[in-house]
Amino acid sequence: MSLKRVLGASTALTLIAGASLAQDTTITIATVNNGDMIRMQGYTDQFTAETGIGVEWVTLEENVLRQRVTTDITTNGGQFDIMTIGMYETPIWGANGWLVPLDGLSEDYDVDDILPAMRDGLSHDGTLYAAPFYGESSMVMYRTDLMEKAGLEMPHAPTWQFIREAAAAMDDPDAGINGICLRGKPGWGEGGAFITVTGNSFGARWFDEDWTPQFDQPEWAEALNFYVNLMNDYGPDGYENNGFNENLSLFQQGLCGMWIDATVAASFVTNPDDSEVADSVGFALAPNSEGVDRKANWLWAWALAIPAGTQQADAAQTFIEWATSTDYIELVAENEGWANVPPGARSSLYENPDYIAVPFAQTTLDSINAADPTNPTVDPVPYVGIQFAAIPEFAGIATEVSQEFAAAYAGQQTVEEALEKAQAITTEAMEAAGY
Amino acid sequence: MARAVTTRRKALNTAIAWTIGLLIFFPILWTILTSFKTEAVAIANPPVFLNFDWTLENYRVVMERSDYMRFLWNSVIIAGGSTVLGVIIAVPAAWSMAFVPSRRTKDILLWMLSTKMLPAVGVLYPIYLLCIQLGLLDSRIALVVILMLINLPIIVWMLYTYFREIPGEILEAARMDGASLKDEILYVLTPMAVPGIASTLLLNFILAWNEAFWTLNLTSVDAAPLTAFIASYSSPEGLFFAKLSAASTMAIAPILILGWFSQKQLVRGLTFGAVK
Repeated sequence: MSLKRVLGASTALTLIAGASLAQDTTITIATVNNGDMIRMQGYTDQFTAETGIGVEWVTLEENVLRQRVTTDITTNGGQFDIMTIGMYETPIWGANGWLVPLDGLSEDYDVDDILPAMRDGLSHDGTLYAAPFYGESSMVMYRTDLMEKAGLEMPHAPTWQFIREAAAAMDDPDAGINGICLRGKPGWGEGGAFITVTGNSFGARWFDEDWTPQFDQPEWAEALNFYVNLMNDYGPDGYENNGFNENLSLFQQGLCGMWIDATVAASFVTNPDDSEVADSVGFALAPNSEGVDRKANWLWAWALAIPAGTQQADAAQTFIEWATSTDYIELVAENEGWANVPPGARSSLYENPDYIAVPFAQTTLDSINAADPTNPTVDPVPYVGIQFAAIPEFAGIATEVSQEFAAAYAGQQTVEEALEKAQAITTEAMEAAGY
Repeated sequence: MARAVTTRRKALNTAIAWTIGLLIFFPILWTILTSFKTEAVAIANPPVFLNFDWTLENYRVVMERSDYMRFLWNSVIIAGGSTVLGVIIAVPAAWSMAFVPSRRTKDILLWMLSTKMLPAVGVLYPIYLLCIQLGLLDSRIALVVILMLINLPIIVWMLYTYFREIPGEILEAARMDGASLKDEILYVLTPMAVPGIASTLLLNFILAWNEAFWTLNLTSVDAAPLTAFIASYSSPEGLFFAKLSAASTMAIAPILILGWFSQKQLVRGLTFGAVK
């Protein structure tokens, strides 16, 4: 009896929900739990009031979101009208015909205002498939007070050699201060991303033009040895387990002299509510090894895309135009201040004197401009992407490779062994994939 | 002398039991404590245990941002529906295996259990496609059926174990008194197995409540339960441990309270076979 009631009630509720959806246009958006995204959810009522389009949010953890939207888009499930995806997925999904091209955006939207690096990274064959909601690169965040105490001055564009010197000078184990904090956590988007851009800045690359893996080349050995020695000498204990959030926590508590990570972290470490060192943080471009013309900075955007299976592409595009417009940026600035607007997507934001006065704005822009996803390494490569290669196989391979590297960080194997395994893993996977 | 040793041993056993109990409970306690901290205190090093300014701010933010009651209602329907449906199917199955076993009963039981050995992700795409075809994506009905099927082997096994402890002669006597098969199961077997059925219900309700693969992958808006509610507070860029803890506390509170009030029943049911 109770089962009948339960099933009956749930069926009735489903029908009622279905009927109410049919009356108005309501779009469903899958997104991640990032500060800027959550803030956008707060302004949804304004969008609905302006357009009459209702919005349902499905907020998920990044990895769950990736699995969820990938399942849905590959099966044409039609669960979402807008998906929040990144620079890695966009060109691959666009090439597969899984996304609606954003080539019919209105004139008011001013698509040319999107930062060129972002537009290139979110396009395939010159067609834009996702609009950036916010973009980021990576940069050096450092303690100005410790730097001064050490008698050093951080240049706007430091080298790795200077970073090591500064880490040595700021390292103070007795006070619990680590000279430098960097990502080591396995995962292609965590430690994998960081070591890939570090490799770029030493002249290394993932593949040559024939898709042959390059971990047996001296540039990778130099890059990985440098990283491991730097972190073993001046990094925190157990750094092989640290990702963005762990390092953010260490830096905010004043336990790191320097931290090289996403530009979006700048607003967290300078927020006095959460950070003990908010008043003494400086910013510089990500480093490169002396004589190498590539920096260890990446490029990423959380962008809004329309899956090809949606029945409400027009309403979805209306939302995307609203959420990634200059008007939206002004709306947030008006209510919450310029430091809280979504950064890194539009050129006009960096021409605004109010925004450029924010301490980290200029370095963020310079970092984004210094990143070129179509030309990420010293030697030519057949792929697009800086901290990744935009091919479907990359995520799996890079996660495995980063696990081998993390084992070297933990001292479970040597750098040479880790590189040998990385070469073998990548070669096998690429051959199996038919490259 | 013997009495003293027994008392000392008793005290020792109690101390060990409490230590293990506290160790198991500590992560939950820490989550609850963190939910009352500010984000800055939540990540403080060394960690702060009790000496902080307690705040309800995280709960306020979570309640403001999410429709908690909708997630809770979905969890109740999905966990409750799948458990009840599972028991309705499992009682006759366990009865036949316990009282009229065939040569293949043991094999069937093992085969049923072997379905639990397949990683869920292995059948994600077939199930997802089936749900699309049947129009059941993001519906509670799909999850009730799927979670019932996932837990069915455990339910059958548990009930089979309890039923085997009941003397077959009692059922035989009922039959001799003219009880039909339905009467035998409903009015003779079931009342005698109430502790076992109750603990099976409780355990499977908890398993279904905490299931976080299918409930995340097959829902979006309408059928999303509390597991989706928690997942929405985990962040790759930004420290929201205190809010995540508040969301987790709100998600586990109902099941924790249920477990607390029914622990006697649960323990009795779980040890039913052992003390016979």
